[in-house]
Amino acid sequence: LSSLPHQVDFWRHPSSPGRPADLRVPFPSLQAVKIFLESNGISYSIMIVDVQELLDEEKKTMMESRRTERSISTFDFASYHTLDEIYDWMDMLVDDHPSLVSKIQIGQSYENRSLYLLKFSTGGSNRPAIWLDTGIHSREWITHATGVWTANKIAEEYGQDPSVTAILDSMDIFFEIVTNPDGFAFTHSSNRMWRKTRSINAGSRCIGVDPNRNWDAGFGGSGSSSNPCSETYHGPYAHSEREVKAIVDFIRGHGSVKSVISIHSYSQMLLFPYGYKTAPAPHHQELNELAKKAVSDLAVVYGTKYTYGSIADTIYMADGTTVDWAYDNGVKYSFTFELRDTGRYGFLLPSTQIIPTATETWPALLDIMVHVLEHPY
Amino acid sequence: MELPPSLSHAGRAAALAAGCVCYRRGSPGRGLALRAVRRARRQDVDGVGHKYHLELVLEDVLDKDSTVNCTAEVLYHLGKKTIAPDVEFTIEGELKNTDEADNAFYNQIKSLEKELVAENIPDSHGNVSPEMEPIHLLAWVASGYVMWQNSTENTKFQLAQIKHVKQVKRSDEYLEFDYMILLHEIVSQEIIPWQMTVLWHPQRGVQVTQDSRQPKHAAE
Repeated sequence: LSSLPHQVDFWRHPSSPGRPADLRVPFPSLQAVKIFLESNGISYSIMIVDVQELLDEEKKTMMESRRTERSISTFDFASYHTLDEIYDWMDMLVDDHPSLVSKIQIGQSYENRSLYLLKFSTGGSNRPAIWLDTGIHSREWITHATGVWTANKIAEEYGQDPSVTAILDSMDIFFEIVTNPDGFAFTHSSNRMWRKTRSINAGSRCIGVDPNRNWDAGFGGSGSSSNPCSETYHGPYAHSEREVKAIVDFIRGHGSVKSVISIHSYSQMLLFPYGYKTAPAPHHQELNELAKKAVSDLAVVYGTKYTYGSIADTIYMADGTTVDWAYDNGVKYSFTFELRDTGRYGFLLPSTQIIPTATETWPALLDIMVHVLEHPY
Repeated sequence: MELPPSLSHAGRAAALAAGCVCYRRGSPGRGLALRAVRRARRQDVDGVGHKYHLELVLEDVLDKDSTVNCTAEVLYHLGKKTIAPDVEFTIEGELKNTDEADNAFYNQIKSLEKELVAENIPDSHGNVSPEMEPIHLLAWVASGYVMWQNSTENTKFQLAQIKHVKQVKRSDEYLEFDYMILLHEIVSQEIIPWQMTVLWHPQRGVQVTQDSRQPKHAAE
């Protein structure tokens, strides 16, 4: 065969009689080779019909994985990032999971920065949804970092983890990672300890409103401050802050949000309503049991101990909070996380603790989300 | 009359007690932090104030596996906001000996040609260089005093950051550092700049000789 003028390419050379040989036949020689084999009584079978097709497929796969590597593995989840880096990463996440993740703009901050949500959805139309937010207080850097890791985790685990898959097969997840971008930019450029928004307060030289005292739930009470210079200044009126109003409008407009999970730091606590009153919430027992389970599953990972309970009992009286508003507006499963640590580093949590923090928080988040899925209302 | 205190109130008293213990027993080689509140009860003492009885677990910040049990009593004086709460405590068992680390730090600073100056400890990303760890710990220990002296039942302080630290030359054996720190007060969420002058000697412990609250923009 090798002496034939057909330019066949042996992939396994003939060694001895009775042993098979493999050869690649160029298309123009196909007929001639077949005739030759058949007329000489040499049996053959076709292993690969079209080698070029296989090569094309392989090249495509290689290029795709190279693109994925450039995006996902070059993003360092174990570092703190700037606003631009996080916003760029969000686009990469959407690119890498186009049928699962999309980006929605829900408004603009005081200084006209875009307010973005990541939407995780496998389809349907206005499915019941879970809301997650991080970074409402800009100095709580561990929350944005945990948010980025968690969003990536959700995208990765759909189709892999049974719980995530079950959740996303019936519900949508909306995730706002930088809830206060003006404040966040300010923590990078000027004051690492900045908490509030950056809105100008009429008649005061002090800037900013506490976005977690600006919600219309017990608004303006003594669990917040009426002094614009205070870190817990509630603002001139409820929802005065564009950052807050955008979420209010979104959740109200959606109409089917079943859980709001707002992530803060620090103190290692899992909290639920109320903050604006000491009276227990109607669902106190259920929320308490769920919180107990979630912190227990969190502790299993690295031994990190959380306390849990209502905001008022566990940390302090706080008026006008996100979760109290959500709860009073029909969102039963409203929780606030206070992530690591308990004060050793506080807001300046070392970046070496980002991945451990996100990793241990994940089972707690899943517990809540699974409970929401399994208890429709 | 006795009431079970809420988690939040027990937590504040516990943080205060832990800060006090840390101040009395701490050094650049040893910082103690509150690990857990095992038990808390509150006693209202007529005409005097609120007394918290606490059973705490404290941990060595440099060695998380090293813990001690501590019982403490914290008395917040009624009405008199300028009087610091009374704190009494007993530590069960022995604290780790830190003579070697303390002496090493002492000699290192004594042998510096120029007085030590540093800022932003930890930095924005939470980093503390190994050389600065004893300076960080010294501030942690000393701030326990400042927090104790300025606490009420409605406050809970933590050391947020050292903005600036400057060594002050002394002719005697003590080391002196002038710190500008940021305290985080959790209930109000305020970040409060505070100046404190800290004296230390390995055998003489930590002493805050002077401290003053600074206006909000002082640290920027």
